[in-house]
Amino acid sequence: MQKILGKATRDAYGETLVEIGKMNSDVVVLDADLSKSTKSALFSEKFQERFFNVGIQEANLVGVAAGLASCGKIPFISSFASFLVSKGFDQFRMSVAFSELNVKVVGSHGGITVGEDGASQMSIEDIALMTSLPGFVVMVPSDEISTRTLVLETAKHLGPVYIRTGRPKAPVVHKAGTDFKIGKGVRLREGKDLTIIANGLEVFEALEAAERLAEDGISASVIDMHTVKPLDTDLILEEARRTGHILVAEEHQIWGGLGSAIATFLAKKHPCKMGFVAIQDTFAESGRAEELLEKYGLTHPHIIKAAKKILGR
Amino acid sequence: MSFPSIQISQGIHNLMEKLSVEQLKAKAKLVRRHIVEMTGAAASGHPGGSLSATEMLVALYFNLMDHNPQDPQWPDRDRLILSKGHASPALYAALAESGYFDPKTLTDFRKLGSPLQGHPDRRRLPGVEASTGSLGQGLSMGIGMALARRLDKKNYYTYVITSDGEMNEGQTWEAAAMAAHHKVDHLIAFLDYNKFQLDDSTKNICDMEPVVEKWKAFRWHTLEIDGHDVKQILHAAEKAKKIKDQPVMIIAHTVKGKGVSFMEGNNAFHGVAPTREQVEKALKELS
Repeated sequence: MQKILGKATRDAYGETLVEIGKMNSDVVVLDADLSKSTKSALFSEKFQERFFNVGIQEANLVGVAAGLASCGKIPFISSFASFLVSKGFDQFRMSVAFSELNVKVVGSHGGITVGEDGASQMSIEDIALMTSLPGFVVMVPSDEISTRTLVLETAKHLGPVYIRTGRPKAPVVHKAGTDFKIGKGVRLREGKDLTIIANGLEVFEALEAAERLAEDGISASVIDMHTVKPLDTDLILEEARRTGHILVAEEHQIWGGLGSAIATFLAKKHPCKMGFVAIQDTFAESGRAEELLEKYGLTHPHIIKAAKKILGR
Repeated sequence: MSFPSIQISQGIHNLMEKLSVEQLKAKAKLVRRHIVEMTGAAASGHPGGSLSATEMLVALYFNLMDHNPQDPQWPDRDRLILSKGHASPALYAALAESGYFDPKTLTDFRKLGSPLQGHPDRRRLPGVEASTGSLGQGLSMGIGMALARRLDKKNYYTYVITSDGEMNEGQTWEAAAMAAHHKVDHLIAFLDYNKFQLDDSTKNICDMEPVVEKWKAFRWHTLEIDGHDVKQILHAAEKAKKIKDQPVMIIAHTVKGKGVSFMEGNNAFHGVAPTREQVEKALKELS
């Protein structure tokens, strides 16, 4: 598959925020001293009075957003996923989820493709944590095209949402004009032997793997499951019934991510052969993004290997 | 383009009448009776810290705040966040006496299916502005409400009742620094300084003194009062309302368990309810 690098999903987020800000004056944006990196700075340049930089304090950031939401504002808050989710977690639990408040959370620099900054900056547990909170929608968009639509859909959705964005430029996997809805996966390739379900940067790796598998006579479906919660169980069930082999690929700790969610669902509804490409219960390290993806088992050769294993070939 | 959001107001704006100092004192006694009865009936709850916050809640709900029990979501209402959520009996008693719900149901406190949860739950009980119970979160939410006021060019005030124990929490100081930096006004906090936390006196656990100087150093306008003197509470709040471009912290010296002789300054009643006999004894004192 030809790799066409698009913008990073964090750039697409920042640009879309500006559009949303123009559409609705109740949209407010808050950041914790990382706005140049999360790209919420783009909003602050346009709408200074509706932007609040709270400083390096994630817990308070979440609480202030909850207070704004309780008064009818639509706050989007951003920081690095690693700090925002971990340090703001009790606030997400009490002030947002338990309080059923309309707070939009965007954690940038998700996964290990943060690269050289190393493990302290890498969020590999954000999906596990955020999906554990009742009422939260949790998404990991794969490219700039899907990010733009899903951020807009997030503004239209009433209730708390978590979106993970990434640091590096993301390969474009979707066609412009594709319809993206919260909770609905997108089938990018239809096959009959197995289904690779992925999100974030792993969608490109899955497409790449599917192309190589085809050369070996293996026909693979590829699904962009951008929404982890609520999970598109209809699509998963349809694929499981059709191909009988499900492989999940994600840039996340193997405990508690997309793979866990799909396995829990299929164990109840349609047990079948499954495989998991994810970070194997370890922290990563400094390095170039592509080196890290390779070392921690997330590139397409790893997906191909896992696919062949569950197919018994 | 309109995006969905959550304010649902009935559009009824008849406000409650404001009680006099003498009437407030009587109301405080009534709220104390409810606190004793509720925790007694539940055989659990936090009477000590509820009794120390009573005058502040009474002054707020029956004099200082513009609010409307018939329309709890009225957008222009003053807001109160009970950040020390374990004092929920005092809040529920004030809400019931204001007319948000029937005071007869107060003894359902902590029972299965009751909106009177152990700690305040805004989803279940109209009039509760913020769900609290995990200490340290109220000031941040109050800042958010005060910033929304600024953006909407409204005149309401956001009140927060916090505590000495809550000052142990790091989030309190994140909020303190940020509110001052962003010049958040119309935000008035009361610090229920009853000198105790769960395990022991604040002095023995994690002493936050000098308290007044700390809030001053964080660039809050700071006032210091007797938190059981209704006149002082009203006077301080009226002063606080006039402060521009700065949040206000009213440090209210209080007595844990105030109003019940055997609970006053007795930290055994932090999170332990009175027995049936103790309830009767307390109610006699509060008659």
